[in-house]
Amino acid sequence: MIQFERVSKRYPNGREALTHVSFHLASGEMAFLTGRSGAGKSTVLKLVALLERPTRGTVTVNGKSTGSLKARHIPAFRRQIGVVFQDHKLLVDRPVFDNVALPLVVAGAPLKEVDKRVRAALDQVGLLGKERMLPAELSVGEQQRVGIARAVVSKPPLIIADEPTGNLDPDLALEVMRLFRRFSDVGVTVLVATHDQHLVHELAKREIVLASGEIQDDGADSLPHVVATR
Amino acid sequence: MSLSVFGTRHVQALLGSFGRLARNPLATALTLLVIGLALALPAALDLFVSNAQVATGGFGQAVDMSVYLKTGVPLAQARQLAADARARPGIARATLIPAQEGLKEFRKYSGFGAALDALPSNPLPDVLHVVPRASASSAADLESLRRYFTAWPEVDVVQLDTQWVLRFNAILAVLRRLAVIAAALLGAGVLAVVGNTIRLEILNRRAEIEVTKLVGGSNAFVRRPFLYTGLLYGVGGAVLAWVILEAAVLILDPSVITLAQLYGSRFALQGPSRQVLGALFGGGMGLGWAGAWISAHRHLRSIEPRA
Ligand SMILES: Nc1ncnc2c1ncn2[C@@H]1O[C@H](COP(=O)(O)OP(=O)(O)O)[C@@H](O)[C@H]1O
Ligand SMILES: [Mg+2]
Repeated sequence: MIQFERVSKRYPNGREALTHVSFHLASGEMAFLTGRSGAGKSTVLKLVALLERPTRGTVTVNGKSTGSLKARHIPAFRRQIGVVFQDHKLLVDRPVFDNVALPLVVAGAPLKEVDKRVRAALDQVGLLGKERMLPAELSVGEQQRVGIARAVVSKPPLIIADEPTGNLDPDLALEVMRLFRRFSDVGVTVLVATHDQHLVHELAKREIVLASGEIQDDGADSLPHVVATR
Repeated sequence: MSLSVFGTRHVQALLGSFGRLARNPLATALTLLVIGLALALPAALDLFVSNAQVATGGFGQAVDMSVYLKTGVPLAQARQLAADARARPGIARATLIPAQEGLKEFRKYSGFGAALDALPSNPLPDVLHVVPRASASSAADLESLRRYFTAWPEVDVVQLDTQWVLRFNAILAVLRRLAVIAAALLGAGVLAVVGNTIRLEILNRRAEIEVTKLVGGSNAFVRRPFLYTGLLYGVGGAVLAWVILEAAVLILDPSVITLAQLYGSRFALQGPSRQVLGALFGGGMGLGWAGAWISAHRHLRSIEPRA
């Protein structure tokens, strides 16, 4: 689902955030992306969501190379990826329903379908009944879960999350991570960037470790089924 | 995407744009006022020219001639002259206005009643008002007609209004062209006003645009509500311009009617015609849409989601 081949990323200010990064995340697989602050985790996710393009190397997502994708194909490309941010990026002046519905609305889903799917997504994150509330009326944990509902509402094959538990207390954080694991259980590919080692151990999933923009541990070998195929 | 979904999305975008304008009534009203005035001005000029043409229709198209008889010509003889004139080919109408009647009219409309009473006798002559046929209104025809009347011993002066008509029509043509120039300049102004308003709106909604693009909203999707906002500004401005024109007509009409009566006409001001209204709404909507499109095209591109 995600393939990085010798990817380097240099930002316009000259800062080299990634150097020769290669890894492969199979369809339906879930992995954590860990490393210290500044290691390049967010940059990896930005390259996946096509918020940035690689300076060198190729990033392939769901069979499409991002380097050469034309501008007019970017919206359709992004619709197959559910993105969750630490600061959740909700529209503060719109109720929960509108926020969650946005990916369906931009994709032109029929109104009935929108209604059904938004309720289903809110149900999955335990927020059914709060459709008409504004983000500011919710707790931080609830806001984060609205962001997750928005990421999954259109049933994308890939979900990426950047520090989704950064603002949550440990109990809530674990709950949110379990939510991601549940999506992965039904076949969604999940890539979560976090620096919380405790959570990573708790969930027992593959861990890709970045250090100063380079892959320190690909984590693939530790996966039982990968070991079995070698 | 099915047609109904397509339609629904447009209706949603339209309602959304409308809602946003309604939530900001003062700013919206000011913008609409500027657009309305810019549309109303050239339309008002055009309206003025059309009305001037209608008002002067009687002598603006067919030229006419006033044949002043010498004082002291008996009325019966004047009547005979009028009948002779009528018998001439090339003459559509020849109406005798006897001095008595001319005085009555003058007294009624001029406001010089008291001054007239002070005069020992009627100072006005009998006048023969002659309207040539349209087919016999060329400069040469009129000149030969003038010579025909001047040859009568009873005739004092023949006054031909050709020169005046030509000048008047030339003035109207200038005003019409002025209306076109004003429309072009003010149209560019509307484009700029709408464009700038939309630019500010885009900057205000930057966060929303970024998120929308992040979840896969296309440029067309993001642009749509702004185009509808521009369209609504255009429609609103046109409605306002219409109201301004009708109000102006309403306010001016009584004094214009009085003025027309002084000239012995039953003329009353005409409101904007269908064509003018069509131009007003078509122009307003087109300019609103175009201004919004240019602005959206320039500014939406640069807004890309950031992580
Ligand atoms: N937009 C940017 N422009 C310039 N430098 C950036 C930008 N984003 C990140 N960086 C730099 O790239 C490096 C990696 O950043 P990032 O991917 O955000 O790391 P992480 O998410 O692991 O903390 C950092 O040194 C950071 O300062
Ligand atoms: Mg980061």
